[in-house]
Amino acid sequence: MSGTYLGMPAFPRAAALSSQDKTLRGNLRHATHTIRAKRAKAVDELADWDRLREAGAAVKNRTLRHLDHYLEQVEAAVTAAGGQVHWAADAAEANRIVTGLVQATGETEVVKVKSMATQEIGLNDALAEAGITACETDLAELIVQLGDDLPSHILVPAIHRNRSEIREIFRDRMADWGRPAPDGLTDTPAELAEAARLHLREKFLRAKVGISGANFVVAETGTLVVVESEGNGRMCLTLPETLISVVGIEKIVPAWQDLEIFLQLLPRSSTAERMNPYTSMWTGTSDDDGPRTFHLVLLDNGRTDTLADTVGRQALRCIRCSACLNVCPVYERAGGHAYGSPYPGPIGAILTPQIRGTDSELDASLPYASTLCGACYEVCPVAIDIPEVLVHLRERVAEGGEVTRRGTRVKVKPAKGHAAERAAMRASRWLLDRPGALRAGQRALSRSRRFHPKRMPGPGRAWTDSRDLPPAPAESFRDWWARTRGEGRNP
Amino acid sequence: MRVALFVTCVNDTLYPRTGQAVVTLLERLGVEVAFPAAQSCCGQPQFNTGYRRESEPLVRRYADVFRDYDHIVTPSGSCAAMVRDNHPRVGDRAAQEGRDGELAEAAAAAAARTYELTEFLVDVLKVTDVGAYYPHAVTYHPTCHGLRMLGLGDRPRRLLENVRGLELRELPGAEECCGFGGTFAVKNPAVSAAMGADKARSIGTTGAQAVCTVDNSCLMHIGGTLARLGSPVRPVHIAEILASTEGDVR
Repeated sequence: MSGTYLGMPAFPRAAALSSQDKTLRGNLRHATHTIRAKRAKAVDELADWDRLREAGAAVKNRTLRHLDHYLEQVEAAVTAAGGQVHWAADAAEANRIVTGLVQATGETEVVKVKSMATQEIGLNDALAEAGITACETDLAELIVQLGDDLPSHILVPAIHRNRSEIREIFRDRMADWGRPAPDGLTDTPAELAEAARLHLREKFLRAKVGISGANFVVAETGTLVVVESEGNGRMCLTLPETLISVVGIEKIVPAWQDLEIFLQLLPRSSTAERMNPYTSMWTGTSDDDGPRTFHLVLLDNGRTDTLADTVGRQALRCIRCSACLNVCPVYERAGGHAYGSPYPGPIGAILTPQIRGTDSELDASLPYASTLCGACYEVCPVAIDIPEVLVHLRERVAEGGEVTRRGTRVKVKPAKGHAAERAAMRASRWLLDRPGALRAGQRALSRSRRFHPKRMPGPGRAWTDSRDLPPAPAESFRDWWARTRGEGRNP
Repeated sequence: MRVALFVTCVNDTLYPRTGQAVVTLLERLGVEVAFPAAQSCCGQPQFNTGYRRESEPLVRRYADVFRDYDHIVTPSGSCAAMVRDNHPRVGDRAAQEGRDGELAEAAAAAAARTYELTEFLVDVLKVTDVGAYYPHAVTYHPTCHGLRMLGLGDRPRRLLENVRGLELRELPGAEECCGFGGTFAVKNPAVSAAMGADKARSIGTTGAQAVCTVDNSCLMHIGGTLARLGSPVRPVHIAEILASTEGDVR
């Protein structure tokens, strides 16, 4: 796995390979089942979980409905508190802004807090092109970075790695990035964590620029909130002289009172904790402590366009907890890389095709990367009906339709590769809408049943490669009914 | 009480025994069942694959065919969920797009009168002991749409627990999807097969002779996988268990 999502195959092809990887399957099964059970326990402790979930969804909906208002409130509050606000319409603009801000400090190394927004825009690569080294400091992101790998989970980006693989990566690669791994490093969690701590400590103490995202932005005061488990984020947010935060515009909550809901929903849903270990909050800059310079880069990158879609917009409620990944049976078998985006799993399957569009074969395949089993919707702390959005996006892929791109309504064509499927769906509808024709088809099926092959050719192989076909019955139900009850017998 | 059977296209074409079992069972419980022959399919394959417009005539057909019945009973959690959750959505969108202004209301009315079989037995007929006899070890897999969209809860289990001779075996990881997912099974065959194999293994650990669900579509995938893996476990629809009596034991 190289460090780019570009040119990756469509989901079914990628998943056909990854689902055969026994180590990966084992790692994912162990990790997702463990956290799944813990989450269920943590959620069961709260008698008012359903109401918290409704409240979370309601606050997010209200904020999104008046996002223009809250964004201006954030800009005013952050500016008043000594910060500088930048607006980025897309990934390229955000990368340009951040690169320029780092270059202005004269630094060539930055430390990073775990951030989905910066993964989404590919910030590390953009900085590297400008000769700036971005050091990930979250343990799992560090493992991914040292391994020239890609994240495969929102909360646990190195979920696809086990301890012995992590030991190898630390032993082989740490020296390239700074302090090498201690001699004789074993794969015990305590030793691995200590190796990372020693390696990272040097970077924290040296860093002049920190880069973060944010879990929430409280509009009434312009306060940013980062929720984390390791304390590395606190280091990056407090030690450097300059702090740059790249934040998606949907991260806003109107008031501190609203934050209370999410600080209950998020830890229990993501790490299955009652309360996360480190919650850092900052408002602009302060003369006495912390960074002297603070930049907030507000990132759109397809969010406003997504907001224009009345069904798809609910994806913007997402608080990146990963609960949907941890219960998804498809994610568990395919792994995160098959989704070709920093947002894997069910939420990725509805977020990526909205943010990036459905033009590429990979992005057009994502809405189909689900059995629609609904486990994701059941655990989502902000009640995103992921199956509903998946089906909505399937329609966009299969039939095309109107979407908003850069604020303009445009018509998209059906994605390539759906012609045979479309013909089959039309033909089946034609048949099913004519019970007489359906009956004739059923009779043909029954009459020929002795000659049905065990293995089907062509597209039918996708079924018979792994499953037997059900034997066709001697007569259909409707023929049985007509024969035994008579055609017209209805009370 | 005018009760109609919506047998579903899958059962009509491939599993007529399930439809026959529903008729046997309901008649044994004193319910007269009608089978309006103009029925066909709920439109789920089209709708869930992204062809909502193709499902629209089938949604209209369903609402028309079953308009005069008090209760519509179907031996499929998935088709019942399609009718209840998605038929009104199809109707709403048709109205928004200026085609069929009355479909939404007709679909909502039909949806409100549609029951999955175990719902009809427990909620409408108020029975959990249907007088069945099935002397086998059985494990129950709660299929996803019945479990999460309809919220069937313990209705199927309560019915099974009251079947004489039946030994209910706990299925590990019961609430995990079997990997069928309609067209998912052929659009993502590798993951579907991997999920199916895991489900088959779980079923195997129970030592049950039969695996039972409220959906033959999922069971077609589970049974097909079991057969391919050489497992002796038989797939059986819950209606066929509930219809069985002492006289049926071969």
